[in-house]
Amino acid sequence: MRLNGAAILIECLIEQGVGTVFGFPGGAVLPIYDELYKRQDRIGHVLTAHEQHAGHAADGYARASGRTGVCIATSGPGATNLVTAVATAYMDSTPVVFITGNVPQSLMGTDSFQEADISGITMPITKHNYMVTKVERLAETLREAFYIAASGRPGPVVVDIPKDVQIAETDYEPASGDALIPKISMKHPMMQLRPEGAALERYKTRAMPRLEQAAQLIAEAHRPLIYCGGGVILSGAQEELMELADRVDAPVVSTLMGLGAVPAQNERMLGMLGMHGTHAANTAMQNCDLLIAVGVRFSDRALGKAETFAPNAKVLHIDIDRAEINKNVSTTLHITGDARVVLELLLARVSQKRHDQWMLQTRGSNDEGGSERFEPRRILKGMAAVAPDITVATDVGQHQMWTAQHFPFHRVRQLISSGGLGTMGFGLGAAMGAAQSDPEGKPVALVTGDGSFRMNLTELSTIAYYNIPVIVVIFNNGTLGMVRQWQTLFFGQRYSQTTLDRGPDFMKLADAYGLKGTRVSNMNDFSEAFAAAYAEGKPCIIECVLDIDEMVAPMVAPGSPIDSFCLN
Amino acid sequence: MYINFDESTRYTVGVLVDNEPGVLSRVSGLFSRRGFNIESLTVGTTTDPQVSRITIVVKGNDANIEQLVQQLYKLICVQKVQVMQPRNSVERQLLLVKVKAGVADREGLMRLVDIFKAKVLDVTRGSMTLQITGENDKIASMLSLLEDYGILELVRTGIVALERGDGVMNSDIFD
Repeated sequence: MRLNGAAILIECLIEQGVGTVFGFPGGAVLPIYDELYKRQDRIGHVLTAHEQHAGHAADGYARASGRTGVCIATSGPGATNLVTAVATAYMDSTPVVFITGNVPQSLMGTDSFQEADISGITMPITKHNYMVTKVERLAETLREAFYIAASGRPGPVVVDIPKDVQIAETDYEPASGDALIPKISMKHPMMQLRPEGAALERYKTRAMPRLEQAAQLIAEAHRPLIYCGGGVILSGAQEELMELADRVDAPVVSTLMGLGAVPAQNERMLGMLGMHGTHAANTAMQNCDLLIAVGVRFSDRALGKAETFAPNAKVLHIDIDRAEINKNVSTTLHITGDARVVLELLLARVSQKRHDQWMLQTRGSNDEGGSERFEPRRILKGMAAVAPDITVATDVGQHQMWTAQHFPFHRVRQLISSGGLGTMGFGLGAAMGAAQSDPEGKPVALVTGDGSFRMNLTELSTIAYYNIPVIVVIFNNGTLGMVRQWQTLFFGQRYSQTTLDRGPDFMKLADAYGLKGTRVSNMNDFSEAFAAAYAEGKPCIIECVLDIDEMVAPMVAPGSPIDSFCLN
Repeated sequence: MYINFDESTRYTVGVLVDNEPGVLSRVSGLFSRRGFNIESLTVGTTTDPQVSRITIVVKGNDANIEQLVQQLYKLICVQKVQVMQPRNSVERQLLLVKVKAGVADREGLMRLVDIFKAKVLDVTRGSMTLQITGENDKIASMLSLLEDYGILELVRTGIVALERGDGVMNSDIFD
């Protein structure tokens, strides 16, 4: 079949099972948009107001579904607008393929109109990137891009396609099944860590000594603790992890990215650890004698002061990325591999243990408080009471931490949040992507703050136009709350540039986009509005008016030992 | 359990990479963003035209060199990484140096050329251009002697290194 580059791109997206892409057209992707127009029966396109949010939408789509997200943008500013979205996906290991157009190669390097070296720019924030210089290489490059994005430790891949390559024609061979697996998969060592079949047998043989040693460490432990991260969710290892926790009789703490792998209601779950971790989680961390770390990267936000982290513990680290081993904390023993594969093999070697005293000692207090105020914890509990299974996206700041602390996540991929990069403005795009990935079209909640929301409220037009069921819950405290909290605690209450006494009026804004807006300042009104919104399944805004001095507690000051709380 | 990152030891790292555009900037970019200072970097093709070999000299300690090696392996263009131990490897670099040399200086300079097994590449009324090959120490001592004459200009290739013995670097899977 003789096709031009743009048509080959669309064919390759169909090959990969891509049903929806997010993007924004422009001069250097006109041939691609022409093909999208012709093939709209096979591929849906969501037009956002800004490329960054198209990127976050593709990311949210991937986080919610586990399938690779796809985003398209034009050259120059279109491509550079993606940079924050690419970096966000990179830090949280999400599989996203970003397609950018570029100027024709004849103009490249001449500072031509809307020219930017996007592969150079995104080199440090992608798992890999490409500039396709020949149309003959396009199909294989795209197959590699999808393979790289989703295999091993997932991550974003940028494929930059100059306009002349989109126009040039070549023979295209459709591929399916094994033919979709590119040659590169055999060549590169990082691609071979998620083994199957004969490769799995080889992996078993190689990992055997370490598995035996790990079983030994577990057998000898008196106070074991499982430290669960986003890798567990990426690998789909939540059941194996739960089984290990039961077998070892160990409590579990989770990173922000790992929330949902172990249900919040489970008695083993001590909650999130780290700077805004629970007392139970952080204290258990400091008292355990064996830390079983699965799919985590020992982030500074989880560790506190690295020198005093888990001082009495041997560390068993299981991760697919060998570079995470001994990066921030040196381990007693590591097993490199896919969490699910490793845990399965490990479970076969671990016998049932009892640690009654330790389980009793670590048990957390429950999260029910007696406050009568209209405050974040009650709002989040109220949301969960109405829709316990709803997917919740967040932006970044206080509202994000409150959501992580108080919404009882009980399944994987229920929380969609920018953990590593901490991208304010992530939420609305991510929420719409998450909603688009659900074939049943169930509503998604976006919990955001007034500060974050001002960074992406332009996408209200998108959720309104496509009727994407995102319930936007704005925690409006009239400030950049997390920064204000630090200014309160560490900068003598000098509120430099954090007070947001300047609108917009979110109700008028909702009106402007033709969305229903509700402003609430008590629990009854909130619950009523949220239940109605959930039942209705239409995009809408619920603005919660909160006190400006509401703080996220508990809190450990940065660089302090993880059990020395500066706020309770 | 905390990892201390003081940088004291000098490491020579050999990296086999795909011979593709942008590979050098992927590798050097990784070094700089992970906080490694490159002392020297050389790159050239190998017997396989699709594979290039980069030799990099950095300062670090065992922990952060391990980290660097693992980060290198995450680059799709990297096939194999080898950290070379000084006692198990041979290292050379080549240096071209233009020295101020009047007629009276030539004889003394020729003696140095002889002692250090250097080569004379060019002679003019006022200067001599020399080629010196060797290990760092040898080159450093030759340079310090040449300073007496006045060094006008110099250029060096950076270090290339191979491990001693029969072993060769190939693109086997790492553990």
